[in-house]
Amino acid sequence: MKKDIILAGVGGQGILSIATIIGYAVVESDLHLKQAEVHGMSQRGGAVESHLRISDKEIHSDLVAQGRSDMIISVEPMESLRYFPYLKHDGWLITNITPFVNIPNYPEMEQLLNEIRGHKNSIVIDGDAIAKEIGSPRSMNMVVLGAASPFLEIPFEMLEDGIRAVFGRKGEDIVQKNLDALNRGRDFTEKYIQK
Amino acid sequence: MDKLLLLGDEALAQGALDAGLSGAYGYPGTPSTEIFEYVQYSEEAAERNVHRTWSANEKTAMEEALGMSYTGKRAMVTMKHVGLNVAADPFVNSGITGTNGGLIVAVADDPSMHSSQNEQDSRHYGRFALVPVFEPSNQQEAYDMTFDAFALSEKYKTPVVMRLVTRLSHSRAGIFRTDQLQENDIKLPENPNQFVLLPAFARENYKNLVEKQKILEKESEESKYNVYHDGKDKSLGIIACGLGYNYVKENHVEAECEYPILKICQYPLPRKMITRMIDECDEVLIVEDGMPVVEEWLRGYMDNSLNIKGRMDGTLPRVGELDPAKLRTALGLEPHPVKKIPEIVKGRPPELCKGCPHRDSYLALNEAMKQYGKGHVFADIGCYTLGFLAPFHAINSCVDMGASISMAVGASDAGLFPSIAVIGDSTFGHSGMTPLLDAVNSKSNVVVFILDNSIVAMTGMQDSAVTGKIEEICKGVGVEKEHVRVINPLKPHHEENVRIIQDEINYNGVSVIIPRRPCIHIASKLRKQK
Repeated sequence: MKKDIILAGVGGQGILSIATIIGYAVVESDLHLKQAEVHGMSQRGGAVESHLRISDKEIHSDLVAQGRSDMIISVEPMESLRYFPYLKHDGWLITNITPFVNIPNYPEMEQLLNEIRGHKNSIVIDGDAIAKEIGSPRSMNMVVLGAASPFLEIPFEMLEDGIRAVFGRKGEDIVQKNLDALNRGRDFTEKYIQK
Repeated sequence: MDKLLLLGDEALAQGALDAGLSGAYGYPGTPSTEIFEYVQYSEEAAERNVHRTWSANEKTAMEEALGMSYTGKRAMVTMKHVGLNVAADPFVNSGITGTNGGLIVAVADDPSMHSSQNEQDSRHYGRFALVPVFEPSNQQEAYDMTFDAFALSEKYKTPVVMRLVTRLSHSRAGIFRTDQLQENDIKLPENPNQFVLLPAFARENYKNLVEKQKILEKESEESKYNVYHDGKDKSLGIIACGLGYNYVKENHVEAECEYPILKICQYPLPRKMITRMIDECDEVLIVEDGMPVVEEWLRGYMDNSLNIKGRMDGTLPRVGELDPAKLRTALGLEPHPVKKIPEIVKGRPPELCKGCPHRDSYLALNEAMKQYGKGHVFADIGCYTLGFLAPFHAINSCVDMGASISMAVGASDAGLFPSIAVIGDSTFGHSGMTPLLDAVNSKSNVVVFILDNSIVAMTGMQDSAVTGKIEEICKGVGVEKEHVRVINPLKPHHEENVRIIQDEINYNGVSVIIPRRPCIHIASKLRKQK
């Protein structure tokens, strides 16, 4: 088993929480993990990425090699495309569709969708809308993680345990909302694949 | 055995704690900050009362750590690569004094300058100061090496540099802990002259330091971190330093590498191992993250003796951090097919947060400066450096910690009017007080903005050394109290703030303006405390 993943988004959108929860799930199993993240200047509203590598064998590089990523998990549509050079030809692109517009020359949504759907394996989910529906707008990142979960080959319960571990100190209500978000994301992808 | 999921920075910190650390010293700087923070927030460190308060700058931190080493206890000092420039004086001289208790100098380099002004390589400093360097290639080594670094430090009475790079500092992996060591008790140096660098003693110490290099080289030859993996194809040999080793291995996952590989993670260089590789192989590829340090040493100035490939002949790029794809090309392997970034994807640079007090400070400054045109504002290192970008375009320099004030003084001396400095509160505490003293002594016509958000924001909310002390410091170095002005950087105060700035520009002398409002990331926390 080997999964090379790029997590993408804008500083402050919660990609490091996604990384932490997957990390927790992986360490509880006997798999190897390396997860490289961005700190410092780039976190201030700029593009951020995290490289996440999971394997049943020893992992050498902290970085995913270009052209070798099994999946891009993005919480922002334009950011999902920024890491195309990493994605394998048949890798999965899983992205939230609500744009985070903080630059004047942000592209048209139609252009973005064309590029995203032009890649044959793509999942486009409105994570923000689903998170609002369950009354927890900040859980968008967990919706997107849920949407990616069917491709991760990590037992789903372990991701749930990860959420309990990471959000536990914020109270049961927050834990429950994030678990809902994770489940809603997973359901979306499972329905999409069955079509 | 305990398995922990830790950043490279954190693994190093946990290792130092487990190896009997009594004091951590440091100044925040990406990518090194999390080493110190891990000690700061560690329950064990609190129980043992390990020293863990941030220092004013890297120089004081280095000296404080040396002071703890003097007593016989184990100390660690943490900083980013450019911080070692600030600490260079005590660092280089700590090689000459040597140590008593174990002393680790943990420095995180930033190849590709993700969050830095240059990509200098701390291994240069190790050689310059004749101090051994450990360069972990993964998180487990970052943990394990602290034990060996303290042991080497105490055995040979030398500080030891632990050199990290961004990709290891900020990458997480599972690590196993080993048995913990007790902290040392106080036991002062046996030789009362050891730390007295009067020329007569310094000459003696320096001679010993030079002598010591032979035995340190022997330690490198025998180190478990320097490994010669033989290979049957001798047309190429690979010297892979630190993280460079991983990128070589990454390209040989399916099939074992047929070339000999020499993994180097401890310096001074293991001369015999290197000689063997150069004798046995037709060509040698040197793989190192950062500057071509080892490559330069092996090539020598004349570069006419060996068949060496690396960053200096273009086999690998001369600048920027390494990655698996760059190694693939250098090894002559077929590149993986790569999709292009669609053209519609636009750059998304970092920016000042919504609601950031620096936004209001820059709006007021820009308005007050409108009549004078561009080119008058010297800035410094911190979030407020983002004031260079749209929509503010407010600043004209960013060089090193504290340089805003000193450069404004120099420009004012040359006749530039107005001459403005913009510096953050913590940067002022780090290196701004001494140039402010210069400004007062030379009666410079400058306006110094000390943007006080009461925290070290860019590196992730560390305590600022001067919180609550800034006005007194400014008056203490001699700024007249009528010209130490505190303003509130908020929209309703905009007109008033512009007027105050104009008044101080028109005052012929040293003015300090302190826009004071907490960083939005701590504002709610501060309100709760009240």
